[in-house]
Amino acid sequence: MEQTNQVPKIVTSRIGLEESWGIKTYLATGGYTALRKALTTMTPEQVADEVSKSNLLGRGGAGFEVGRKWSMLKPGPVRYLVVNGDESEPATFKDHMLIENDPHQIVEGTLISAYAVGAARAFIFVRGEFALGLERLQAAVNEAYAYGAIGRNIFGSGFSVDLVVHPGAGAYICGEETALLESLEGKRGFPRIKPPYFPAVIGLYGEPTIVNNVESMSNIPWIVNNGGASFAALGVGRSTGTRIFALAGHVNRPGNYEVEMAKLTFRDLVERPEYGGGMRLGRQVKAFIPGGVSAPWFAPDQLDIPLSQDDVAKAGSMLGSGSIVMMDDHTCMVRAAWRIAKFFWRESCGQCTPCREGSGWIEKMMRRIEQGAGREADLDLLMDACDNISPGVAWPPQQTTICVLGPSIPSSVASAIRMFRDEFLVHIKEGGCPYE
Amino acid sequence: MGAFSPEMRERAENLLTLYPKRRSALIPLCHLAQEQAGHLTSPLMEEIAELTGVTPAEVYGTASFYDMLHTEQVGKFLVGVCTNVACLLQGGGELLEHAEASLGVAAGGTTEDEMFTLEEVECVAHCDKAPAVQVNYRFFGPLTGESFDDLIAKLRAGEYDGVVPPHGTLTRVTRENGIEVPLDEVLAERKEMDRAKAERKAAAEAAKEGN
Ligand SMILES: Cc1cc2nc3c(=O)[nH]c(=O)nc-3n(C[C@H](O)[C@H](O)[C@H](O)COP(=O)(O)O)c2cc1C
Ligand code: SF4
Ligand code: FES
Repeated sequence: MEQTNQVPKIVTSRIGLEESWGIKTYLATGGYTALRKALTTMTPEQVADEVSKSNLLGRGGAGFEVGRKWSMLKPGPVRYLVVNGDESEPATFKDHMLIENDPHQIVEGTLISAYAVGAARAFIFVRGEFALGLERLQAAVNEAYAYGAIGRNIFGSGFSVDLVVHPGAGAYICGEETALLESLEGKRGFPRIKPPYFPAVIGLYGEPTIVNNVESMSNIPWIVNNGGASFAALGVGRSTGTRIFALAGHVNRPGNYEVEMAKLTFRDLVERPEYGGGMRLGRQVKAFIPGGVSAPWFAPDQLDIPLSQDDVAKAGSMLGSGSIVMMDDHTCMVRAAWRIAKFFWRESCGQCTPCREGSGWIEKMMRRIEQGAGREADLDLLMDACDNISPGVAWPPQQTTICVLGPSIPSSVASAIRMFRDEFLVHIKEGGCPYE
Repeated sequence: MGAFSPEMRERAENLLTLYPKRRSALIPLCHLAQEQAGHLTSPLMEEIAELTGVTPAEVYGTASFYDMLHTEQVGKFLVGVCTNVACLLQGGGELLEHAEASLGVAAGGTTEDEMFTLEEVECVAHCDKAPAVQVNYRFFGPLTGESFDDLIAKLRAGEYDGVVPPHGTLTRVTRENGIEVPLDEVLAERKEMDRAKAERKAAAEAAKEGN
């Protein structure tokens, strides 16, 4: 598949510029022209129409159409917009980069979106650990106020909105949109039961609320300036525009790469010199995680699947958070899957029994096997535990819990057992890890 | 006398004005408290309770949910070694073992001189620089055992004071403007927007029917 040279950088165009986070650079590179255009020449519906036409899929993990989500917002006197900058899906590091290096783009996208959905106030929820990001985003908001892009009667349009940067305090589950709203209300981050607590119906303070991801918001200024149709002209099918893929693990050049959706394959991203530059030490791919640790793993013969939401779903996994983790043939798969299980166990909020108890059992059994004290029967027990959390252990997973953290737990463990059963058996028979 | 210093109290009151409901400021206020005292002391939690309109037990209960909020004393530098999958693949597990040996404490412990608290942390979104380490939420990587020791020595010597503030200081930029737009004013505006939208819709439909 050929990548044409004309593919624009939609969300990463300023990365690497000097002081890319400051308003001077932002204004010099077309910053706030889209906000001006939207507020002074378009109605809110026209803005929402362009976003619908673009078919922008949410970049936070679930991949829901942004325009469609906006159209589902329940009318009400008070509506809120909340931007999700909590990025904590392991091996995902794209929002972190956007927040630190192009905060104004997020601010502009948020303001335009607030106009489109009629939000009374907008909040950008930033993962607490992103201290530098919080500094730069707050500085950007201060600058945007001074410039007249936030506040009362923006650019003389009659539209007013306030934007608040809100720090989290360390909890993966707060990335889940209803947990995020609880956290923003000053509570523990316990996900709410959907239905009835769909944010678009009953959101922040019980009012209709739109929750969108930081990268989703970063696309909005370009869409307003260039039109939804230009965005939709990129990519294939439902996967339109460009997307940032966070490539990590055993590649020569780990990093964030913005590419046109669906035009490249995983192999292109891993091997091309301008992207991953091949596997480290010239080794072979043993397996890879295509979309964050909540996603089932892929085998080397799936490297030729295009980076498209639908193709990856058809193959039994997801593009999820946009994180790709490459594992070479020297990797202990038991250890990798165990570490992921441990993550879910640590981060389960504990409201649902299958998630709370299941993650604990799985972590313990996986640790036992990795340390050489496992039994062959453990493999069936592990699959049973997975089945208890998500009946059938299939993809897309069945959900018996309040949120989808629960059904994400089996993904890596079941993948590892199904793909590398022999390796588990070696651990069990030899009483230890063969890779140590 | 309050537990917050006068300067912090003022910042706290400014933060409260940013939210439609006071309780929303609870976590930001906890960060302020940690900036002042390094951790959440009982008097500070009581003052946060008073400011946000909840009980001290609710502040404690909420804070205990979050990894970054500490109700016990921690070191001047919180050193978090990431061992999640991208770091694991690049030696994060071994780096944590090295850090434990080098600092002489197990993960979760604080060195005797109260300079360093070592933690095993989950992904800090610095995975392209794996294995990654965070010090008071400033990120370093990729690190080897040697460069880890070097980092610790420099932190001890104060060489990173400009980059890594003491534990508790989350952001060194504060909001310059209070609430610029009163909510009732915005709501009146939104009502007007909705009315105009309904009018446009009606006009469009009338035009369609006219055809
Ligand atoms: C356990 C869990 C963690 C999540 N973490 C994040 C996150 O860190 N950032 C994010 O944008 N979305 C995250 N999501 C998805 C959000 O719930 C939500 O779908 C998303 O923010 C919507 O934005 P989008 O439609 O623009 O993608 C998470 C979901 C779950 C279940
Ligand atoms: S599935 Fe897990 S994380 Fe989600 S609400 Fe239930 S216990 Fe909490
Ligand atoms: S996995 Fe360690 S920083 Fe992401």
